[in-house]
Amino acid sequence: MKKVFTRPKSLKRNTFHYCPGCGHSIIHRLICEVIDEMNLQDKVIGIPPPGCSVFAYYYFDVDMAESAHGRGAAVATGIKRAFPEAVVFTYQGDGDLAGIGTAETIHAANRGENVTSIFINNAVYGMTGGQMAPTTLSGQKTTTTPYGRDAILEGHPIKMSEILALVEGAAYIERVAVNSPANIRKTKKAIHKAFQVQLGKLGFAMVEILSPCPTNWKMSPYEAWQWIDKEMTKVFPLGVIKDITERGDAD
Amino acid sequence: MVAKVLMTGNAAIGEAAIRAGCQSYFGYPITPQNELTEYMATHLSRRKGCSFIQAESEIAAVNMVYGASLVGVRTMTSSSSPGISLKQEGISYLAACELPAVIANMSRGGPGLGSIVAAQSDYFQATRGGGHGDYRTIVLAPSSVQELADLTHKAFDLADKYKIPVIILGDGILGQMMEPVEFKHEAPAELPIRSDALRGARGRPSKFIKTFTSNPAELEEINWSLFRRYELIKRDETAYETFLAEDAELIVVAFGIAARIAKGAIRTVRTEGLKVGLLRPITLWPFPYEAAKELAKGVKQFLVFEMNMGQMLEDVQLALEGQGEVSFYGRPGGVIPTPSEVARVISRLYYQKGLNK
Ligand SMILES: Cc1ncc(C[n+]2csc(CCOP(=O)(O)OP(=O)(O)O)c2C)c(N)n1
Ligand code: SF4
Repeated sequence: MKKVFTRPKSLKRNTFHYCPGCGHSIIHRLICEVIDEMNLQDKVIGIPPPGCSVFAYYYFDVDMAESAHGRGAAVATGIKRAFPEAVVFTYQGDGDLAGIGTAETIHAANRGENVTSIFINNAVYGMTGGQMAPTTLSGQKTTTTPYGRDAILEGHPIKMSEILALVEGAAYIERVAVNSPANIRKTKKAIHKAFQVQLGKLGFAMVEILSPCPTNWKMSPYEAWQWIDKEMTKVFPLGVIKDITERGDAD
Repeated sequence: MVAKVLMTGNAAIGEAAIRAGCQSYFGYPITPQNELTEYMATHLSRRKGCSFIQAESEIAAVNMVYGASLVGVRTMTSSSSPGISLKQEGISYLAACELPAVIANMSRGGPGLGSIVAAQSDYFQATRGGGHGDYRTIVLAPSSVQELADLTHKAFDLADKYKIPVIILGDGILGQMMEPVEFKHEAPAELPIRSDALRGARGRPSKFIKTFTSNPAELEEINWSLFRRYELIKRDETAYETFLAEDAELIVVAFGIAARIAKGAIRTVRTEGLKVGLLRPITLWPFPYEAAKELAKGVKQFLVFEMNMGQMLEDVQLALEGQGEVSFYGRPGGVIPTPSEVARVISRLYYQKGLNK
């Protein structure tokens, strides 16, 4: 009989600690599938952040090292400059990449570091209990915006992908989501491409992934999927935001 | 014979680092250590297999060091006081992950933005951990350009030997003054990669480096193991110098540039017949407690001289355990006293305590 579906080789046989319906587990699997398909398992160094995915090294069967909150892009830079043969990816939440680590991210992109950032936008700080993130939508209730995020008081949801697209050294930026089988397939393609851009030494690549956090959104997994379509994509539209490879200077 | 060259202290650190096999430097400009960042830009950035980045901040720079150390190359950063405060996050992570790295602090007056001249007010920060958590870093305190070069080389060896961040605690003047210096090593042609480096799982199972745990007992074990290593460092790496201490009635304790000034002062008072000597800790952590205690068997008067308000003073008091009497002379803020000022302080104390009788 033909086996049509199996656990990726680079995904360890551990049980995820994530909440039911959380996007992290889907995204982990997608990254591992891509690593397998691109035959990168023995070349990859992954950098997980503090955040719900802090234990990512228990799941990815590749070399991994913890990073301080927000510093993923700087750590990845140090790795890549000191050991260019490594295939480096950071795995960062929105609190991490779009808040405390904005400077590191923008400047790594600006230097055109050949690293891949997987940016999980779930519009909250998950791990610390659902506080406002830089990406929290206007009006969205979180534990630190109990009356709903008010742009006048708390600022606007920050659009990191659009910001990074303006940065010269960024080669490929795409926003995807993991809230439907079709979107999950697109997410995988985007991750694949982001690694390809790195292998081609074309510059900084980032995939922003709109990802459900049913627990902190106080929704069922199904409602969370719908909320991404109905609310999140209005502020964070899906699609390729920058792709220098389309100019024909890549594979 | 190795030729002597005239160099600033900051440049000497850079040259010594390259000759120690440092393959990557990540920095951010701050006075008074810019010559080091500039030296690395000139001499390291285009070297084969090496990298240099002027980072966007000290926080980024130290995290790049963390990345480079993860993959097993010799790596360093440098800064001065306010910048070192920002690097503390990364230093704590380096210590926790048992990653070697060299961090030079050519310190200046503080707190706050402070002054841009030499000061020694980062002693607490350097020797007490500085960042969060239960950890130590080796702290080396050179007092000449030659020693800056020698200790920079040593810093890389110690960092690798004990898998620990090593801090070179210099200061503004030391970094900017020029002195003849001799480099005893050639830069290695083939640069060594640490055997435990994280370089992709080729030919072995994957591995990870982490510090976070939800299990306090696991972290306690890690802390115990770190502290067992710190005990070895205390036993084997404590370094100090004494100067004219054999017949001394009064011992001045000073480190770094202050020790250099104190030496000048001691030479002066010796010509007047005052029996004064010096204890100069070369490792500030581990502090030479035993050496101080040993001296206290013969000497009853100690004068701690620092360019701060009395930070090493606490270590000297701890070392003496109530033996001997400790006085203090401190000049904070970046004020650099002259040897004759210090000589006056020494002789006043000498006569006050009746040591001339
Ligand atoms: C310097 C520092 N500040 C704060 C924290 C606490 N902290 C841990 S995770 C986190 C937020 C994580 O949110 P996000 O990056 O969005 O990831 P998620 O948990 O949602 O996946 C914070 C604030 C920390 N670990 N370090
Ligand atoms: S809190 Fe949210 S992001 Fe964290 S594991 Fe649960 S669902 Fe996922």
